[in-house]
Amino acid sequence: MSVPSGPPDMTRIIHAFENLPHARAIGMRFLSLDRGRGSMRLPYDAGLVGNPRTRVVHGGVITALLDTLCGAVVMASVAEGTPLATLDLRIDYLHPATPDEAIRASAECYKVTTNVAFVRGLAYHEAIDDPIAHCTGTFMLGTGFSASPTGSVGDGQRVGHVEPGSAPC
Amino acid sequence: MLTTIADLRASGDLTAINALIPYARKIGLEAATDATGLLVALRFNESNIGNSALRAIHGGVVGALLEHAAILHLMVETDVTVVPKIINLSIDYLRPCLAADTFARGTVLKQGKRVANVRMMAWQDSPERPVAAGHAHFLLT
Repeated sequence: MSVPSGPPDMTRIIHAFENLPHARAIGMRFLSLDRGRGSMRLPYDAGLVGNPRTRVVHGGVITALLDTLCGAVVMASVAEGTPLATLDLRIDYLHPATPDEAIRASAECYKVTTNVAFVRGLAYHEAIDDPIAHCTGTFMLGTGFSASPTGSVGDGQRVGHVEPGSAPC
Repeated sequence: MLTTIADLRASGDLTAINALIPYARKIGLEAATDATGLLVALRFNESNIGNSALRAIHGGVVGALLEHAAILHLMVETDVTVVPKIINLSIDYLRPCLAADTFARGTVLKQGKRVANVRMMAWQDSPERPVAAGHAHFLLT
């Protein structure tokens, strides 16, 4: 692994995250990504429904969207190539999503320390001031790379992380 | 849900219930009961990968597994009479969730008149080695 250095490469991050199998499977795309902030859009699809009576998408869909965006925004806030691992994610469900409407999400990384990045985000349809869900997350930075399930906290899952040099772009 | 809670408990056919939920089918969620109680499985599915280098399952899908385990636990193993509405969900990621089947259970920590507090745990090779833990609040009114 190369030493993390230089500003984050937004084009690489967008390409890497949009091409993750699960991002492709549910159709998540970026609307924007800048240093410290970003936004994504997820189109409505009948395959994402969690309640067939109301046709409202499953909460897990919103979790996946916010988790992806938060990871990307953290990556867009630290030196290019910095490994990261999701430590935790907390989501408040503010009101049900509306069937047939795309879901958007915006997130910002509001604090980066030596070891931890703090991020918050909102999911909404058209108006960010009428949110569907709010999230806060923390990510470990520069953790040792370990694919071993024996790893402890901080060796853990790096959502969306693509090893430097292995990015498809 | 297409069925009432009473019907769900009476039928005991968790496979059929899960098959009615498109997102559960899409990501490969299944439910069954074993000696301990309700067990929710997330079958490995290539489209659930969220980390190509590590071949780890997407953190959002792990969150969906935990949420699903919590809500099915409330509906099947407690006496709630309404479909619980999720208020919030907190997920701790403990270990990489690798390209294999993943399992989860929920347990009620506190059930009040209006709110249930549920703890969830997800694991792959052994429940002693959880890949993720969570807690969630559900509105019961």
